[in-house]
Amino acid sequence: MKYLSLCVDRSRFEIRIILRDRNAVVFMMLLPIFLLVIFGSVFASNKIGTTNVSFSQYIVAGLLASGILYSSFQQFAIAIPEERVTGSLKRLAGSPMPTSIYFVGKFAVAMFIYTFQAIFLLGIGHFAYHVALPVSASLWVTFIWVSLLGLVASSLLGIAFSSIPKNGNSAGALTTPIVLFFQFTSGVYFIYTNLPKWMQDVAALFPLKWMAQAMRGVFLPREFASAEVARSYEFPKAALVMAAWALIGGLLCSRTFRWLDKG
Amino acid sequence: MSVVTVRGLVRKYDGRFAVDHLDLDVELGECLAMLGPNGAGKTTTVEILEGFRRRDAGDVTVLGVDPAAGDKKWRQRIGIVLQDASDLGEAKVEEALRHFSHFYDNPRSVQEAAELVGLVEQLHQKIGTLSGGQRRRLDVALGVIGRPELLFLDEPTTGFDPEARHVFWGLIERLKSEGVTILLTTHYLEEADALANRVVVIARGRKVADTTPEELGGRDSDLVTVKWLEGGSSRAELTSSPTNVVAALSAQFGGEVPGLEVVRMSLEQAYLSLLERQDDQ
Repeated sequence: MKYLSLCVDRSRFEIRIILRDRNAVVFMMLLPIFLLVIFGSVFASNKIGTTNVSFSQYIVAGLLASGILYSSFQQFAIAIPEERVTGSLKRLAGSPMPTSIYFVGKFAVAMFIYTFQAIFLLGIGHFAYHVALPVSASLWVTFIWVSLLGLVASSLLGIAFSSIPKNGNSAGALTTPIVLFFQFTSGVYFIYTNLPKWMQDVAALFPLKWMAQAMRGVFLPREFASAEVARSYEFPKAALVMAAWALIGGLLCSRTFRWLDKG
Repeated sequence: MSVVTVRGLVRKYDGRFAVDHLDLDVELGECLAMLGPNGAGKTTTVEILEGFRRRDAGDVTVLGVDPAAGDKKWRQRIGIVLQDASDLGEAKVEEALRHFSHFYDNPRSVQEAAELVGLVEQLHQKIGTLSGGQRRRLDVALGVIGRPELLFLDEPTTGFDPEARHVFWGLIERLKSEGVTILLTTHYLEEADALANRVVVIARGRKVADTTPEELGGRDSDLVTVKWLEGGSSRAELTSSPTNVVAALSAQFGGEVPGLEVVRMSLEQAYLSLLERQDDQ
């Protein structure tokens, strides 16, 4: 009971703090929404290939997958090294707070940011750019498990990655290109099937490609699956890849996470 | 009763001794000041005691527990005031105190902690907007919110102006009067003199003195310096009978002695001559 109330308290504290950080709000929470407005405005009437699917519909799926990466991986890979430098982590490690509470709080932040982004992406997409929302309950269920599994995997990877940068400044310089690289190679901004084969092969080893593909499975028509490389949205395979990366991330975290600059 | 016991503590960095077979005891209810030049091994020692750093050899117990195996129950009983934390800038004082109080079984109230460190008026201020002295007082409040039995203060007043330092000392006196055992590291000799019951001097990872501030480096010896002005220049005499010297001077000058001073060795002089003797060895 005490543990649960600590989870809630920590989560609320973390979310309240992040909402006061103007940079975090503007550059991380609102970024996918800006991108939607830009892409939606530029390519408003574009259709994909000979299909009836608008580019806005495609980009919303990609930006939702990106939102998972922004709200967890990028967020943690930049914020946690900073917390190590400011003494925030040392203070927590020196307190009787159960260490797991820290990670619960972080996950709550990722969930909060992602939920915020998803609501605005879908809302603005639907009302401003005629993005069709899933009609069946089963697609919404798919949307939720893809989101959750994606968040778990990229949270764990982000926390693991946070042990690499030496400080908050180098963290941003190190993380942003990685996130951009995967966005460009995983079919977020470009149509995945149009990418060179080697690029597809590299991206297919990492989770963003699978998150984006599963999101397309939710937001694009079923017939559009034939345009995918495997002629299917491959939900089971996507789930497996995300779960595998969650496992790898979890193992890396448990071995490499540092509360102090050095021990 | 010892709250902290250290025997033969060793920690090396790249093969060099940072802490070299150190013995240390902190008794219940005392304020022990650890002094020493930069790089002497103070912070390494403190961080080993806090359970933040591993050691290469030696026996250490803190409140009866080996800090390397200290669990969260043990952490209920100790308070740590970080040396140069700059976290929590976006949180308000009240929010941070309340949040951290939830981690403890028997915490002080937010109000009590704020009163203790004199931050009642800043309760609704963002921590990032506090002055340097207020910020460190908040760190102390966070360190003592769980009513610790032992408090670690690692160079708490570095960079303070004299007034802020005196306010801070008053706060530490209050904690001492509550019976909290305090392990203080500091660069400031007056700070040790004002607060500590006992001082330990560390140089190159080794203990070179363990005594009271009054006795450090033979400060309590009978020798004092009598200074005065004579013929426009200052004169001094080292003596064990200053009263006789002053009386003789008074007779010589026919009453008032110009520029008279009777000076006992300051803690700082005692400390510096102690370190010089170490360097000579």
